[in-house]
Amino acid sequence: MKKIINKTLISSAVIATLAFSSAQADDITVVSWGGAYTKSQVEAYHKPWMAQTGNTVVSEDYSGGLAEIKAQVEAGNVTWDVVDVELSDAIRGCDEGILEVIDPSILPAADDGTAAADDFLPGSIHECAVANIIWSTLIAFDTTKYSTAPTTMADFFDLDKFPGKRGMRKSPKAMLEMALMGDGVPANEVYDVMSTEAGIARAFAKLDTIKDSVVWWEAGAQPPQLLADGEVSMTIVWNGRIFNAIASEGQPFGLIWDGQIYDLDLFVIPKGSKNLDAALDFVTFATGTQPLADQASWIPYGPTRQSSIAKIGTFHSDASINMVDHMPTTAAAMKNALQNDFEFWADNQDQLNERFNAWLTK
Amino acid sequence: MSTAELTLTEDGIPLKEKLAKTTALQRRRALLLTLPLVIFLVVSFVFPIGQMLFSSVHNDKVSAVVPTFAEAIIQWDGEGLPSEQIFEIFVKDLAAAKKVREIGRTVGNMATRINYEMPGSRSLFTSTARKAKKIEAPYKENLIKVNKKWANPTIWLTMQRAARDITPAFYVAALDLKYDENGDIVRADELYQIYLNNFIKTLGVSALITLICVVLAYPVAYLLSVLPLRQANLLMIMVLLPFWTSLLVRTTAWIAILQTEGVINDMLVFMGFISDDGRIQMIYNQTGTIIAMVHILLPFMILPLYSVMKTIPPTYMRAALSMGAKPLYAYRKVYLPQTLPGLAAGTLLVFILAIGYYITPALVGGEDGLLISNLIAYHIQKSLNWSLGAALGTLLLAVVLILYWLYNKLIGIDKLRFG
Repeated sequence: MKKIINKTLISSAVIATLAFSSAQADDITVVSWGGAYTKSQVEAYHKPWMAQTGNTVVSEDYSGGLAEIKAQVEAGNVTWDVVDVELSDAIRGCDEGILEVIDPSILPAADDGTAAADDFLPGSIHECAVANIIWSTLIAFDTTKYSTAPTTMADFFDLDKFPGKRGMRKSPKAMLEMALMGDGVPANEVYDVMSTEAGIARAFAKLDTIKDSVVWWEAGAQPPQLLADGEVSMTIVWNGRIFNAIASEGQPFGLIWDGQIYDLDLFVIPKGSKNLDAALDFVTFATGTQPLADQASWIPYGPTRQSSIAKIGTFHSDASINMVDHMPTTAAAMKNALQNDFEFWADNQDQLNERFNAWLTK
Repeated sequence: MSTAELTLTEDGIPLKEKLAKTTALQRRRALLLTLPLVIFLVVSFVFPIGQMLFSSVHNDKVSAVVPTFAEAIIQWDGEGLPSEQIFEIFVKDLAAAKKVREIGRTVGNMATRINYEMPGSRSLFTSTARKAKKIEAPYKENLIKVNKKWANPTIWLTMQRAARDITPAFYVAALDLKYDENGDIVRADELYQIYLNNFIKTLGVSALITLICVVLAYPVAYLLSVLPLRQANLLMIMVLLPFWTSLLVRTTAWIAILQTEGVINDMLVFMGFISDDGRIQMIYNQTGTIIAMVHILLPFMILPLYSVMKTIPPTYMRAALSMGAKPLYAYRKVYLPQTLPGLAAGTLLVFILAIGYYITPALVGGEDGLLISNLIAYHIQKSLNWSLGAALGTLLLAVVLILYWLYNKLIGIDKLRFG
């Protein structure tokens, strides 16, 4: 009797282990920024990849930064397999050795046969990261609050002509650049001005002029909500989030592309991922021509492959909205646009964060 | 006393010795029972705090990345630029380090470390490292050709300081000081001073919260202690119910109540006390932090006060009154001194909890309601400058210990009573 029990125990243990390990090998955890953006990735990347490979993707949200990745890697317990990060974090994480190196030769060629290296937009493949979208930080305003609509970055800082509270991100990144553009610095000179002490002082002086009217936000989902609640009448916002509020919820918001700051979001793999092969497979799949084009029909973030741009369709729930027109990369949107300078921020963010925090509490 | 007179046990050992042995064994066994707690304390308290103290003064990101150079630069006299030989070692170490991808030993780690003390120098290291393999003799000249910032003696002085594993640099930063270009410690520019002011603010806000808690809790605790059991129990449940509710729920409830479009403002507008444009900002600022934290910490004041008041016989006050003392005088001379231990315990508890409070200020503090713990969290979670976070944490710990010491001097820790 005892023997039989033992046998059953052992065999069920073996079965359990087998079932568990096989399930674990195919489970990857993909971490992104949540909300409408993660939704677009689930629809365009996760679901097709799961259907194709039979693997499972567990989707998790975070609010950016390298802290969790660093903690996991240093503790030797990496539970995230793929993470969607900003460019400056991708570079810094790679520099500090907490990310896996991604060999660019594994990236597939475009549908039309163009090699991946030529197909991807310049600057979107890095030692440890592959970019999937171009996104933008720009101004949105409540159209019901103004009879004449604001049109420029300078208008955002003009409380006399356009009264009302302003929403801004609680971070010096992009806010200082916008302050300078609002003060009349053309986009292509912004980082030259910012590399001097006087330029930084000028940016803070411009922020001083509206400081009392600013509501600061931290998570990307906040600014559309602030606008909808009437807490602010104009806000700095990420273009995908605000588009969804307009297109899906019919909110009366207008956008100002003047002075927009665009940046890349990239996929990285934390060093020591337990499912490295599956993670690499996911990254190569997700940054393929079709998935990149598909995600753009859920949220207007520009795909990083040229071959995908031609395939961008209409909004998933409204065929009358042509998604290409709402990308940060249209000619109209690029008229006075600035690309985030990751190197400037890698060099100066510690110092500027301190100054920004000191300025905030004054 | 000779051996012969000693009472011996069966096996010939003196009884006294044998007894001592057995009791020692028993004591050791009893001690063994506390072992789990001791291990727990070591693992969860002594070790992490020791680790924190250590990492606030220890950072080996330079000597781990460019070991040979670190040894060489420490010997440098700091005059002008280092010698050609040191330049050569640096270039070769940098080229070797570029190939390393081990965590904590990459050029990026070193660049981040130097950048703390010399903002703007990070990319100088990462970009030079990319070219280091190709740099040849004369090294000094060619390195400066790669980037003329290498001709600035300050960068070499900074590297010399950072090459030492044990460094006061993070305390320098945590105290709003900095190194100037000659390596002397000076006050940081006013635009960059945040920590000292925040420490002072944290102490002030915590003191105010404690004071409000005393004023609110004292009458409630008194009422609790004198009411008949049935009503007292009901009141007690009303005190404890919020105490049992999740911290997050209570904090978010305050957001719903206090925000500009919230319940209180809506009511005031409805009743015509304020106009719709004149809504009062009561949250996302220091006021919000104070209101929410008083609410959360109030039970920590009420409970010790109550448990002490409960033990004070009502006859004392009656006796004082019957002997002709005015109520206020009797209260001051008879009742108050007896509640002091509870008051002391509550004050200490609330103040120390408030000084390190993190989640509530983070949620409702806005900009000016942030406390020192939020800055520590910022360095642990966002800027990843763990050493600076550790230095700030150590300073916070020191403040608490000093307060504890002062408290012991003034009131006496033996007076402390939680019930």
